[in-house]
Amino acid sequence: MAYFIIKRLLLLIPILLAVSFIVFFLLRFGPVDPAYAYLTQSQIPPTEEALAQTRIELGLDRPFPEQYLSWLKKAVTMDFGISYVTKRPVLDDVLYYLPVTLKLTGLSMLFIVFFSVPLGVYSALHRDGPWDRGLSLLSFAGVSFPSFWLGFLLIYVLSLKLGWLAPFGISSPSGYVMPVLTLSFMSFAINMRLTRTSVLEHMGARSVVYARARGLSERNVIGKHVLKNSMIPIVTSLGMHFGELLGGAVIVETLFALPGLGRYAVGSIYSHDYPVIQCFMLLMTAVFILVNLAADIIYAWLNPKIRYGEAG
Amino acid sequence: MNPDKRIKAALIFICIMVLAAVFAGFISPWNPLETDVLNKFAPASLSHPLGTDHLGRDELSRLLYGIRMSLLSVLLISASVVALSFAVGLAAGYRGGIFDAVFMRICDVFLTFPTFILALFLIGILGVGLLNVVIAIVLTHWAWYARMVRGLVLEYKGQGWVTASRSLGTGKLAVVIRHILPSVFVQMIILITLDLGHMLLHVSGLSFLGLGVQAPTPEWGVMISDAAPFIREHPMLIIYPGLCIFITVAVFNILGEALRDKLDPSYVYRGSGCDGPASAVEPEAR
Repeated sequence: MAYFIIKRLLLLIPILLAVSFIVFFLLRFGPVDPAYAYLTQSQIPPTEEALAQTRIELGLDRPFPEQYLSWLKKAVTMDFGISYVTKRPVLDDVLYYLPVTLKLTGLSMLFIVFFSVPLGVYSALHRDGPWDRGLSLLSFAGVSFPSFWLGFLLIYVLSLKLGWLAPFGISSPSGYVMPVLTLSFMSFAINMRLTRTSVLEHMGARSVVYARARGLSERNVIGKHVLKNSMIPIVTSLGMHFGELLGGAVIVETLFALPGLGRYAVGSIYSHDYPVIQCFMLLMTAVFILVNLAADIIYAWLNPKIRYGEAG
Repeated sequence: MNPDKRIKAALIFICIMVLAAVFAGFISPWNPLETDVLNKFAPASLSHPLGTDHLGRDELSRLLYGIRMSLLSVLLISASVVALSFAVGLAAGYRGGIFDAVFMRICDVFLTFPTFILALFLIGILGVGLLNVVIAIVLTHWAWYARMVRGLVLEYKGQGWVTASRSLGTGKLAVVIRHILPSVFVQMIILITLDLGHMLLHVSGLSFLGLGVQAPTPEWGVMISDAAPFIREHPMLIIYPGLCIFITVAVFNILGEALRDKLDPSYVYRGSGCDGPASAVEPEAR
């Protein structure tokens, strides 16, 4: 197992390098000149001279591979440059906003795991019962619900009509209730459905028929033979859904006016604040990759076939 | 309901939407851009069936015109994704070799990005606007489909009917077009239909953030963000466009699931209840 984890960690290096290269490449060869964006953000008229001057300042006059390498050298030491807008180191700004985003997505992930999996299992075990039908309807609604609409409906009902929660902001921990519900609803619905399908699929497996034939108790059969195996696709799916949560957080933070990284990034997109956009992109991708690595490790732990297949 | 009925019902609904979009100019009671500040937040009446918004524009007309943006963007995105992923996936799967290896690595990198974040990043580079949103969503989705096409091609390449045709002396290109493409196409139609709703949610989500369709163009996501400040007094202005998005996405999902049940019944038990690109179960893994 340790070998498997070390191997996967080493594999991260080329992936992160490729990601950083693509991000850097796309920004340099996009339609907007960074020097132009820099000047307009600094309230300096973008004359030819000023542009040429800024290009030298930002190192845009050097050949592309050189630019990338010098940027990479700094990035490795966590230096992502200076924001065009705030003129502060990008990393400081980003780290200031990051905790809210991580808290929001982390809490949503917990919510999804604790509700979608048990409800999906319950649905599968009581197939075609009234609860199963109700939950199926709920999960169908979930996959079709625009998250930002759900957010407004929650604000309207829970805050404005019933007065239970403050509509915006996170001055108290209860401020996370509506954002978490809004963010997790779709992934909750998809994973509940997936759990149901996976459990049903494994109930028909030959090992389960055999376990029943051996006279094992129903509890034993479900617990040992069905649940553990049916969790395998769900772990992968949950890892993938973390990406959806990071993306959805951008919308939810904007909607509920939370001081998170996503909302900050949307602002940077309007103002062409490239160093910030770049850092945001790299950081979110790194978080996503790490979460998926964790999912892979759990997956390997659940499924020895993968563990030995990869290690051997 | 059996899949045939569901497909029929969903298609009828989509046809009505297409007609409404095409003839929006005839059936809308008002010009969706015409403001009438004296008549803002008018309640529902005979002349304004759903009332007016914060600038006195007719809500119903704006919703009807909004269908255009939604259908157009989804159509553009899905057509481009199919074309791009077919071109790349067929070539990679059928030719193999270095081209295939390079292609797989490029796909791997694209798949490591969270899709919505990558779309945001691309819009950050390209600038805001509907066309850039379309480009960004195509670029974030193609790799999933291209890999799928490649996997299916590899699977079908070894099938008896393909080998038989090759042994009769059919050329490579002819084999691909006549014997592999149709089978892959059916699978792709199912998957892309399952993804249509997801795409619409991305488009309207980005428009809601102010990065896609720009005001005053009527679009449902923009209408919701326009109405947000008035949620306390006029919640209906948020409810109507949201309901439109919800119903449209739901119909796309019903169609996709019904097509899947009808054309590929084995899929139901293959364990993917996930719509969206994450549903891209690799054929190789079967």
